[in-house]
Amino acid sequence: MVGYLIRRLGQALLVVAGVVTLTFVIMRLVPGDPAVAYAGPKATPEQLAAARERFGLDDPLAVQLVAYLRDLLTGDWGTSLHSRQPVLDDLALAFPASLELVGTALVIAVAVGLPVGVLAARFKTRFPDFVVRVGSMLAVSFPVFWLALAVQTIFATGLGWFPVAGEYDGDLDTASPLTLWTNITVVDALITGNWPILTSTLWHLVLPALVVAAYPAGVIAQLTRAALIEESTQDHARLARALGFRESTILTRFSLRAALNPVLALIALVFAYSIVNGFLVEAIFNWPGLGRYATTSIRSHDTPAIAGVTLLVAVVYVLANLVVDLLQGVVDPRARAR
Amino acid sequence: MIEVSDLEVRYGTHVAASVPALTVRPGECVAIVGESGSGKSSTLMALLGLAEASGNVTICGVDVLRAGPRELRRLRGSKAALVMQSPQAALPPTTRLGAFMRRALKLHGVRASMEEAMRAVLLDPALLRRYPHEISGGQAQRFAIALAIALGAEVILADEPTSALDVTVQAEVIAVLQRLRAERDLAVLMVSHDLALVSTIADRIVVMKDGQVVGTLTHPYTRQELEAVFGAQG
Amino acid sequence: MRRLGAFLLALIVLASLAAPWLAPYPEDAVDPLSSLLPPSPEHWFGTDQAGRDIFSRVLYGGQTSLLIAIAVLGSSALVGVALGMTAGYAGGWLRDVIMRVTDIFLAFPALLLSVALAVVLDPTVTTVIVAIAATWWPWYARLSMSVAASVSTRPYVDAARCLGVPAPLIVVRHVLPNSLTPVLVQLSLDAGGVILTAAALSYLGLGAQDPIAEWGLMVEQGQSLISTNWWVVTFPGLAIVLTAFAFNVLGEGLRNALDPRRTVIK
Repeated sequence: MVGYLIRRLGQALLVVAGVVTLTFVIMRLVPGDPAVAYAGPKATPEQLAAARERFGLDDPLAVQLVAYLRDLLTGDWGTSLHSRQPVLDDLALAFPASLELVGTALVIAVAVGLPVGVLAARFKTRFPDFVVRVGSMLAVSFPVFWLALAVQTIFATGLGWFPVAGEYDGDLDTASPLTLWTNITVVDALITGNWPILTSTLWHLVLPALVVAAYPAGVIAQLTRAALIEESTQDHARLARALGFRESTILTRFSLRAALNPVLALIALVFAYSIVNGFLVEAIFNWPGLGRYATTSIRSHDTPAIAGVTLLVAVVYVLANLVVDLLQGVVDPRARAR
Repeated sequence: MIEVSDLEVRYGTHVAASVPALTVRPGECVAIVGESGSGKSSTLMALLGLAEASGNVTICGVDVLRAGPRELRRLRGSKAALVMQSPQAALPPTTRLGAFMRRALKLHGVRASMEEAMRAVLLDPALLRRYPHEISGGQAQRFAIALAIALGAEVILADEPTSALDVTVQAEVIAVLQRLRAERDLAVLMVSHDLALVSTIADRIVVMKDGQVVGTLTHPYTRQELEAVFGAQG
Repeated sequence: MRRLGAFLLALIVLASLAAPWLAPYPEDAVDPLSSLLPPSPEHWFGTDQAGRDIFSRVLYGGQTSLLIAIAVLGSSALVGVALGMTAGYAGGWLRDVIMRVTDIFLAFPALLLSVALAVVLDPTVTTVIVAIAATWWPWYARLSMSVAASVSTRPYVDAARCLGVPAPLIVVRHVLPNSLTPVLVQLSLDAGGVILTAAALSYLGLGAQDPIAEWGLMVEQGQSLISTNWWVVTFPGLAIVLTAFAFNVLGEGLRNALDPRRTVIK
């Protein structure tokens, strides 16, 4: 187990190193001189030279890469060209909001996708199965930005059931200011008992979270169904049947746990996917997360900021995979032996 | 106690096997022998109402092919138990043996000592804390028999119970099965492709080919009898 | 289900290919006088800000989307399968290197890498193709690698090796044909994802630019008008949904028919 853990951590580190290199290479390809972007279009040659000096833009690439790695490790992720703040600080502000949105969406996706997948497997080839299959396939066929626009127009702008945009009502900042602990508004509001902000945030979360949840809910339902059907043809399901267990007991007690493993792996995958998908939704619902930050950075050719966002998401992704691998050991005793 | 007449097992419209008559009395061991694909396993599943079939099957007084789902569920396990071919794969992978047995006992409302059942098949009760992948194939098969014993089954249906095991382990499992049959007057119906093995333990042997019964042998088996049945099909 | 998918897809492909004959107006026929007309018998799907017929643009947009899908899937499958075969059959250090590189690409959320790449390049249709293909090939590499690894341990491959059949020939004769089915299934399952990713990139302004009809771009151009002129956004969006749905249904059907044991995680 310990050996496995070490090997797994080593793999994760290797992947992160690769991601850093890849990010670095991509960012070096950016047209447009970061020094110009930093110093401004009217900068004197001296100012430009100073900027180049400051960012080490004249060094050989390998040297720059090593320096980049060293800086990353010491917590210096560069300075954002557009906000003029350390990138890490910017990310620390924006990431929790994204986490809040994607986290909520994933909770919804699992809460919907898993039972719906079980239902489809239970009534395989019958009507509920058909509905679930068509529904889940539709859910993964929607372009998330279009779904966001449609949902916003219908339920917020049109019917007025939900707020149009933002994380919570702006006037609450003065009426009921929030003390920050984790930067995740829902959590902070809960810890400090700030009910006005808590309810307002939850209310604002509904539409964007549902939109982000559509894709993961669809794939989770599909995979749960497929894995359960696969399990139910296995010998252990036949034996349980021969011992007189009900079909629903076999499904939920014995097959589901065995089928949960691929589903867990999937959740790690869709988690990262949903963060990026969430970017588009954040932009449309004006959610103060990474998406908004990334969009601004892209528009202003803010190299350090884009690199920061990319790296952060990749690291989160690697971490999510690691957590899931370990979780799989808890869920399925066979995985521990490997 | 098993009584079968005019049984036809089907896959859709295809007849996988047909058994005109078959009886297994308490304390008896009957074996169905045939090559793979000859419809033996489907017959076994049909006896528990788990395969599409027509005709008459009575097990412990239950008319299997006409019984309702509740009656069938009561029959399965508590009266007739199945032992499958693949040892560990036939147990739910994420459930400890003890938990699985406890659940099965609770399902049928049986109060029995799990430890005693384990000892009856010569298994250490400590194995109840293990997962299926942590025990050996022979242990898994004996555990399946222990399940049947604990549930108080009168009939054991065994689908190639030893074909996945080493020869020495085979002997252990068979020995356990034979002893319990004698002690508890169990009716055992076994499906196998191993004539040598089966001829040492079965009171009668039903030989199947392409889904049809081509002959029945009664103990003691003579060379002529064997040749008559097997010679007939070339 | 499979037939439904195939039917929808055939309809979409035909409509896109026949756009020059089916479309009542050229895709870029600007007409300021008929700007933002609602759907009517003259303009089935209405017109956009520039007075262009949205029905015609949706038809032409199909060409763009299908072109992107074919180019992305074709190139990434080619690269992925070639690398995967090499790694899976050759084994050794070569396999390790290819696998690690593949892992690194797979560890990157594909959409993010596409966006990052597209930001760097000029916004064109080609950029979209390159940016998506660059993130898509590792899936095929991993898939064909596992097929190749399992095929190369089969007895008949061993037999061929013992007979002195050269490695490249074994790959072409035995390994490649065995991986065609899973790759084909994966391709059809992926097409919907490619269409959606391409639409997202264009929506972000990183892909096709204005006069070109592209569904994602059309949504972007109409989004500020959504509450007053709903049709500008609605129809291209529906076209994306329908196409992705058709591919997904077909892909699932193909998987069930050809490769039922595989449950794809992606």
